[in-house]
Amino acid sequence: MKLAYWPGCVSRGFTPELHGAMAAVAPKLGLELVELDRANCCGAGVIAEHNQELVDALNARTFALAQKVDGAAGMMNICSTCQGAQSECQERLDADAAYRTHINEHLEPEGLEYEKGGAWWNKNFLWLLVEEIGLDVLRERVVRPLDGLRVGPFYGCYIVRPTRRLGFDFYPDRDRYLEQVIEACGAEPVAYAGSHKCCGFPVITLNRETSLRQAGRHMADALDAGADCVVTPCPLCHLNLDLQQPEAQPFVERDLGMPVLHLPQLVGLALGLDVKALGLHRHVVKTDAVQDKVAALAAAA
Amino acid sequence: MPDYTLKIRRFDPESGRPAYWQEFGVDLPEERSVLDAILRAKDEQDGSLSIRCSCQAAICGSCGVRINGMSRLACNTKLSEAAEDGRNGAIVVEPMGNMPVIKDLIVDMDAVHWKKVQRVVPWLLPEGDPPAREYIVDPESMIDVTQSMACIHCGACVSACLSLEVDPEFIGPAALAKAYRFVGDPRDAHTEDRLLDLAEDPHGIYDCTHCFACVEVCPKDVAPMDQIMRLRRRATADYGIKDQNNGYGHEKAFTDLIEKYGTLSEAQLLPKSYGDGSLIRAQVKPAALKELGAKFPTVIRGLTSGKVSPKTALLHHKLQDQDQIRRIYEEVESKEDRLELNLYIVGESGGEEEGATSEGGQEE
Ligand code: SF4
Ligand code: SF4
Ligand code: SF4
Ligand code: SF4
Ligand code: FES
Repeated sequence: MKLAYWPGCVSRGFTPELHGAMAAVAPKLGLELVELDRANCCGAGVIAEHNQELVDALNARTFALAQKVDGAAGMMNICSTCQGAQSECQERLDADAAYRTHINEHLEPEGLEYEKGGAWWNKNFLWLLVEEIGLDVLRERVVRPLDGLRVGPFYGCYIVRPTRRLGFDFYPDRDRYLEQVIEACGAEPVAYAGSHKCCGFPVITLNRETSLRQAGRHMADALDAGADCVVTPCPLCHLNLDLQQPEAQPFVERDLGMPVLHLPQLVGLALGLDVKALGLHRHVVKTDAVQDKVAALAAAA
Repeated sequence: MPDYTLKIRRFDPESGRPAYWQEFGVDLPEERSVLDAILRAKDEQDGSLSIRCSCQAAICGSCGVRINGMSRLACNTKLSEAAEDGRNGAIVVEPMGNMPVIKDLIVDMDAVHWKKVQRVVPWLLPEGDPPAREYIVDPESMIDVTQSMACIHCGACVSACLSLEVDPEFIGPAALAKAYRFVGDPRDAHTEDRLLDLAEDPHGIYDCTHCFACVEVCPKDVAPMDQIMRLRRRATADYGIKDQNNGYGHEKAFTDLIEKYGTLSEAQLLPKSYGDGSLIRAQVKPAALKELGAKFPTVIRGLTSGKVSPKTALLHHKLQDQDQIRRIYEEVESKEDRLELNLYIVGESGGEEEGATSEGGQEE
C-alpha cells in the first residue's frame, strides 16, 4: 500500500528513534511511504489557539500536498496530536463549501488545492494498522510473539477525544485499538487508570506541576498494575512520559523507571526487527528489561 | 421487558460505613433512561438511595453522574446505550468526580463548581449609567457567546476535567466557559481586567491541558475547552497580555518558529518561549533564566541518552517552500478581523451550501 506520509516535526527532531522505527517497520507490512518533506507543522493546537484561519490554511496545504501523491491510498501520520489537530481542521474544511473555497485561496499561488473527498483519509498508524492493514494480516506477519510481555496502552488525548470529530460513529472501537494491537503482537494488554488520560505535555512550559503530576501519576498507575512498559502512538506523549519521567518522579514521590515504547517499536519487535534498528537504546528511561524479555523469547524460539 | 442490572456506588457519611457497591435489577424498556431505572430501584427496593433530579429532560442540570466511567446526565442516557458500554453485564453508576460526595450519587456542587463559577465574576459589568431603554447590540456580536450561554451547570465537565484531577485549584472548564460568556459580551466594560486576571492566575486559562475531556462529556455542546482557547486568543492577540505563566511567550514562540522554519524545533521553543518569543530576552530575564535552569537537565539528558544529536538540537533547517508559509502567514495576519468558523453555529454539515462565518476579534 502506497501512502502519503506525514511523520511530524517531533519524530524528526526530539524522537528520531520513532522515525527510524517506522521506516524499519513499513516494508515488513507492505507499506510504501512517500514522505511529505515540503509539508508544515500541524500547529499542535497552539496555532489553532492563535488563529483558526491560519491553522486551517496550513493543514489544508498539507492535505493538498498529500492528495497530489500519485497512487496513494491516503495519508498516514504517526502522532496522536497531528491526528487531532489535523482532524479538527479537516472537520471545518469539509463542513462548509464557502469556507473551504476561501481557505483554498491561500494555497492557489502555490498551485495547490484541498479537495473534499468522501474516500480520502488521514490516519494515524494505529488506525491504519487495524482498519487498512487488518489485525489478521498483522498476526500472520508476527514472527516473534511477545509472549509474557505486559504492555500498558497510552493513547494520547487527541486520538480519542472528541469522539464525534474523530470518526467514532463509524469506527466505535478506536479507543480499544491499542489493546487489540498489543494482543495481536502476542503481548498482554494491562489495564490501568491513566490509559486514556492526558500526559500533561501541553502545559509543561505553562504549569510544570500540573503537567508532571499527570505524567508521574499515569506511570505509577501502570507500574502498580504490573506493566513491563507502556506503548504510545504519540511522540509528544513520549516526551512527557519518557524524557521528563525523571523530573516527574518527585511529584509522585517514588522511583518509576517505566519504559515507554513508540507504537512502531512494539510492532517492530513482534515482526522480528532488531532492538538497535528500532532505537530502543535511545530512550531516557532504560528499556533493558523489555529487551531482556524479548531476547529470552528469541532464544526460546 | 429487558432486565437491567445497575451497579451503584453507595456512600452515607452518617452511617460510619465506608463506600460500597450495590446491585439492583430493574425491568424497564430499553428506551427509558438510567435515571428512570435509578428512581425505580429507589421506589421499589431501597428508599434511601439518593440522587438529585428534577426536569428529567436534560434541562435543569441536576442529575449529573458517572455512567460506566463517563460523566453524563442520567436522564439523558438511554438504558440500551448504557448497557452496551457496561462492564460484566452491569451498568456502573458512580457520583461525579473532582467533587466531594454528600451521599450516594449526590456531590457537593457548592464546594467546587459554584465556588469556581463565582470566582470569574459571572455577571455583566457595564460602564456608566444604563441606557434609558434596552442595550442595543449588533446581533452578530452576540452569536459568538451563544455557545457559552448554553451551559446548564450540570458539572459533567468539572467531573471529567483532567487538570482538576491533579490541581484542585484550577478554575476549571465550566467557570472558564462562563468567563468567556462575559469577556465576549460587547456590553461588558472590563474585558481587559477579566482577561488579565484569568491569564495571570497560575490556575487560570493556562492551566488547561487541552485534553478535550470537557468537550467530550458536555451534554449541551458548550465545548468549554474551545471557550478557554478563545480566552487565550483574546488575551494574547487582542490585548498582548504577557502573563507570568508564560502563556503569551509559548504561543508567540511556537507561532513565530513555524513562520520562520515551517516545522517545529523544540530546542528553540523552550528558550524562546521564556523570553516572550525572543531568544535574547530569555537570556536576560531573571525569571526566564530560572525556568530554563530547571529545564536544563532535561535537555542534557536528551543529549546524553543519545536521543538527540547536538546537530538536531542546534541546527534547524528551513522548509524548501518556506516563502509560501510566510506568505500564508502574511495574508492571514494582515487582516483586521480574525475569521472563525464555529460549527456550533453553522452546524456540522449544514453550511455545505452557504458560508456562515463569524468575524471575531478586536472591536476597539
Ligand atoms: S503535533 Fe507535533 S509532531 Fe505533529 S506536526 Fe505538530 S508539532 Fe509536529
Ligand atoms: S496525552 Fe499529552 S501529548 Fe499526548 S495528546 Fe494528550 S496532551 Fe498531547
Ligand atoms: S480541556 Fe482543559 S478544561 Fe477541558 S477537561 Fe481538559 S484540562 Fe479541563
Ligand atoms: S459546560 Fe456543559 S458539562 Fe459543563 S457544566 Fe455546563 S453544561 Fe455541564
Ligand atoms: S433531571 Fe434535569 S437534567 Fe437530568
